[in-house]
Amino acid sequence: MATRSRSFYVLGAFFVLFLLFLYGPTFTIAILSFQGPQGGLTFPMRGVSLHWFFDLFQEQAVGDIWGSFRRSFALGLMVMVTTVVVSVMGGLAFRKRFAGNAVLFYLVITALVIPSILVSLGVGLIFSQAGLPIHWASSGFGSQLTWTLPFGLLIMFAVFNRFDKSFEEAARDQGASNWQALRHVVLPIIAPSLIGVALFGFTLSYDEFARTLLTAGSYNTLPLEIYGMTTNVTTPVIFALGTLTTAFSLVIIGVFLLTVWSMNKRRAKQGSDAGKGMV
Amino acid sequence: MRAGETNRHLSGWLLASPLTLVLILFLVLPIAMIVVVSFWQATEFSIIPAFSWENYDFLFGSPVTYRVFGNTIKYALIVWAFTLGIGFTVAYFLAFHVRTQTWQIALFLLCTIPFWTSNIIRMISWIPFLGRNGLANSALISAGIVDEPVEWLLYSDFSVILAFVHLYTLFMVVPIFNTMMRIDKSLIEAAYDGGASGFQTLTNVIIPLCKPGIMIGTIFVVTLVMGDFVTVRFMSGSQSANVGRLIQNDIALLQYPSASATAVVLLITVLMVIGILLRFVDIRKEL
Repeated sequence: MATRSRSFYVLGAFFVLFLLFLYGPTFTIAILSFQGPQGGLTFPMRGVSLHWFFDLFQEQAVGDIWGSFRRSFALGLMVMVTTVVVSVMGGLAFRKRFAGNAVLFYLVITALVIPSILVSLGVGLIFSQAGLPIHWASSGFGSQLTWTLPFGLLIMFAVFNRFDKSFEEAARDQGASNWQALRHVVLPIIAPSLIGVALFGFTLSYDEFARTLLTAGSYNTLPLEIYGMTTNVTTPVIFALGTLTTAFSLVIIGVFLLTVWSMNKRRAKQGSDAGKGMV
Repeated sequence: MRAGETNRHLSGWLLASPLTLVLILFLVLPIAMIVVVSFWQATEFSIIPAFSWENYDFLFGSPVTYRVFGNTIKYALIVWAFTLGIGFTVAYFLAFHVRTQTWQIALFLLCTIPFWTSNIIRMISWIPFLGRNGLANSALISAGIVDEPVEWLLYSDFSVILAFVHLYTLFMVVPIFNTMMRIDKSLIEAAYDGGASGFQTLTNVIIPLCKPGIMIGTIFVVTLVMGDFVTVRFMSGSQSANVGRLIQNDIALLQYPSASATAVVLLITVLMVIGILLRFVDIRKEL
């Protein structure tokens, strides 16, 4: 192995600084959320306690945190399932050129680049002019899909660009119908990427703020609740909440990554040994 | 063959119909609604269907508009320059200096994980750093660099740009890393064999080949910054304004027609920028 060049160490140091920049603030509020009861929003720590975490469990101290958490969780699951199903269907559709596919593609790009406050404002206006009540599970749900679907679809493009069509053709040659080829060949092959789409669907919805601002109705989602807290809460309780939801996000990400990892591992184990016999 | 042709279009549309439906209901109709409402009139408590250029007259007649649009573009350009510089360097390190694939994946994941956590929490977490009594000020004072706490660290353009760079550098790292990983390593060896220095290889081989990734990252960063209103409100302590804030203020005052007119102008601006950027890259091919 060749010795490392000097640029490796310079760039390596830059990378470490970047990671510090990326994670430093989050670690800081994680530490500060353990402030003693007299502590404030910055250092020094005045003792170490779980005081602010206990505060989160007292409804009157922080408002409807747990209700909003339940709503965000439910909405995240709804968006996740819809995103996976609709993105896979969309990805399959775009494998062949159909009339108008370019228009639809530019619509997807528009959904990706449009300032989120426009979606919020427009959906809110439509619901109010149509006399429909806005609610996180109807207008909020739809608004969030305009953000998660483009990501899901772009991932599906990436997946199908790398997809080896000969597997599918082999299945058809063996007499499989279109549906059988899809169900037993295509879907199992792309399954790990679907976990990725699901991760995007859930976390982007769970953390979405701008698109739900004017479309959530009278019941707040968690990011809206946190946003409200930033204007009137001046104690470390907001750090405790931040630490808790970041920890929750990390657990979710961990679960998804573990699933992909174990899927790949199982696949490697059960996979064909063709070609290995000669070695 | 003609039957097969029809069949292909039909199955394409059937598969794409849920996507189309969502986009029509929650993207096309809302944009159309905003365009319509931008010609309406408003009283203090209701909006009235009408056709009037009043909102646009007011928008283009007010010096505030130009200042705020100028400010928005300033943020977009500065943030773009920083995220590109940092993002490219990080991606370059990952793609060309990390040698095993396992480490590449692990470090890449480490760079992307914050993307899946809450932006608002990530903004809040700058407070203990930048505040009057924050870590940065304590460090500066104890190092003897300043005597008084520096006031402009928090609630200023500085903190707004810092937060943007913190939130959005990932959007540069991921696409640039993606294109770098596809560069054929023999091209780089060929450049070295041909006598190019490391810097020449970078500017003549690697950067041109990374252009699609740079363009995709640019599209993300520019549109996210131009459409933002939360980061600017929160990190400037409501002291700076961008177009998103202008829209949000009108909404808070229930002035939906004037909010809509501003939104239309913002949308046209963003789409023009994207239109130009898309000329340099075919997104569907690059994924």
